[in-house]
Amino acid sequence: MRIALFVTCLADTLYPNVGRATVTLLERLGHQVEFPEGQTCCGQMHVNTGYQKDALPLVRRYVETFEHCDLIVAPSGSCVGSIRHQHAMVARAYGDENLARRAEATARRTFELSQLLIDVLGVDDVGAYYPHRVTYHPTCHSLRMLRVGDRPLRLLRHVEGMDLMELPDADVCCGFGGTFALKNSDTSTAMLADKMRNVLGTRAEVCSASDSSCLMHIGGGLSRLRAGIKTVHLAEILASTKAAT
Amino acid sequence: MTTYLGLPTAPPGVGHLRGSEPFPVAARRALGDTQLRANLAMATKTIRAKRAAVVAELGDWEELRAAGQAAKTGAMRHLDRYLEQLETRVQARGGTVHWARDAVEANQIVAGLVQATGSREVVKVKSMVTDEIGLNEALAAAGITAHETDLAELIVQLGHDRPSHILVPAIHLNRAEIREIFLREMADVDPALTDQPAALAEAARLYLRRRFLSARVGISGANFAIAETGTICVVESEGNGRMCLTLPDTLITVMGIEKVLPSWADLAVFMQLLPRSSTGERMNPYTSMWTGVTPGDGPQQFHLVLVDNGRTAALADQTGRQVLHCIRCSACLNVCPVYERVGGHAYGSVYPGPIGAVLSPQLTGVEENPTLPYASSLCGACYDVCPVKIDIPSVLVHLRARHVDEARGNHRVPRSEAIAMSAAAWVMAGPGRFATAQRASRLGRPLGRRRGRISQLPPPLAAWTRARDLPVPPVQTFRQWWRDEHGKPS
Repeated sequence: MRIALFVTCLADTLYPNVGRATVTLLERLGHQVEFPEGQTCCGQMHVNTGYQKDALPLVRRYVETFEHCDLIVAPSGSCVGSIRHQHAMVARAYGDENLARRAEATARRTFELSQLLIDVLGVDDVGAYYPHRVTYHPTCHSLRMLRVGDRPLRLLRHVEGMDLMELPDADVCCGFGGTFALKNSDTSTAMLADKMRNVLGTRAEVCSASDSSCLMHIGGGLSRLRAGIKTVHLAEILASTKAAT
Repeated sequence: MTTYLGLPTAPPGVGHLRGSEPFPVAARRALGDTQLRANLAMATKTIRAKRAAVVAELGDWEELRAAGQAAKTGAMRHLDRYLEQLETRVQARGGTVHWARDAVEANQIVAGLVQATGSREVVKVKSMVTDEIGLNEALAAAGITAHETDLAELIVQLGHDRPSHILVPAIHLNRAEIREIFLREMADVDPALTDQPAALAEAARLYLRRRFLSARVGISGANFAIAETGTICVVESEGNGRMCLTLPDTLITVMGIEKVLPSWADLAVFMQLLPRSSTGERMNPYTSMWTGVTPGDGPQQFHLVLVDNGRTAALADQTGRQVLHCIRCSACLNVCPVYERVGGHAYGSVYPGPIGAVLSPQLTGVEENPTLPYASSLCGACYDVCPVKIDIPSVLVHLRARHVDEARGNHRVPRSEAIAMSAAAWVMAGPGRFATAQRASRLGRPLGRRRGRISQLPPPLAAWTRARDLPVPPVQTFRQWWRDEHGKPS
């Protein structure tokens, strides 16, 4: 299938390996990936900080860039959550019903990676090999906006060579929350402390998630503590094979 | 975006809807209280598990939630009609109905009613709205002593403290701390009092019994008011409320106007939703219902005070009005990772936690409570447990937009933030500009070249690097890599 990649502004700028892994994975599964270069950002940070008016051109840009694509994937539950639940709302808040309808149609064809693999492509064993002890943080927007459920874990359970360690209180927020981490940095850090304690308690070597933003937060805390656990995006694990290691 | 002007909000200087400091400042101090953190973690974990267990017992929980949401939506749609119907029915049964525009009016009405009885003391049923309007302080100013009779409210009152939870006002205190308060504040308590729950409850029982038997005026809130019959309903666990509702000669019920339900059929839905969501019980121990006055049985004078205090203003906001559906169960507090760590006092309002972050700013006006809509990571746990399906994350985001738009109008947005947000939006609205900005981000590489990570950044990003590293920006962005691999745009 022909699949358009919305890499997200964060992965594009700071975590290009996440985008590359998504491309590698989908091509290995026999699909053709395209990268519309008009893409930038979904606008979630603006919407969630109160700058809806500033988000409007970003919504329009997303829609204009992707509305001609049959299938769109993003390696982020949070960005897809924003596309699905906020884009049309923002357009309507400023009276653009036409844009709202186009946004809804585009959002219906936009999928988070684990949803795309399992629901659209019908695959839960992607033939990955990753010989490490891994724990998985399911991320709030994947769970509660997109309802991805256990799809990421189903994918991970098929990865050869991997030990999947259960994360206690997995569904509790890591404390990132976009600009929440800056505006309420003390509270955010307290939430992060509990998340890190649970991650460290699993004795995993790798903490994974399907959102670069949550991983930037958890990984940023673990790095500061020199905790000896690295953060790796779900796409990077699923892209790994015996041949590549 | 529409800005709602002209409808009165809760006035300043009275009641407990506004904190004295911004949420992040109050939260920082609370986070340093290790005993508070331990007490809250223990208590919320216990109550979360209880709720989850009893909710899982019902196969039709989602249908019940939808029914609760629909009932409240219908009640709000014709609020004017149901309130007048309620007034008519209460008066037909010998009660008196008073309308209060705000906290000031409500307090004046209640103080006047108590003074008319000649009594200088009242016993109170646990009630959120009387705390919202600062009734106890207003009564004290009129020379009237109000005795809280809910056990946790009593603890808070004796401790000269503030409630920190809607359902469990003393959740921030543990047994040892409660014992200290009783020893210090109860005149004739047994000095050998232990911190065993049964011993503490017995001490409170002896203390309260004297007040129940001597009080001539009782004051309550209301969980529900049924318009079709004029019946008021109070739901509680201890039975202390039942004492206040039945023993005194005069009963004064203070009620937010959003508590009205059209019919008894609606009440049936909420009697299933509320106990399971709040205390994690299948049924609450005491449900008191009364209609006006019954000659020879119970209070012979009944007054119902209907309070607006910003509710009509909230009703005018199409996105925000759903917060008026709240039945004060506290399920959202108990699952909130922010509330669990900072506790209720940091919110500065009698309504803490996620529901408080969307209710308080709407009652006072967002500009009077500008930091509360930001007191959430938008994780969505509150929405999942809400028995009437209030979409708290969406209302939070909506109130943030109201704050930014109103502050922009008044030039009160933090200028640097507004400029940064507009600049970021401008950059990201054009892919060429975005690519240029990405290349500029590589200028950050020297910041972390030596250690392979960035540990110090200037404000506002310093708030990030106080506790978290950032990765060094990569040599190549994804889009540069794509061009190298695939050539020109696809």
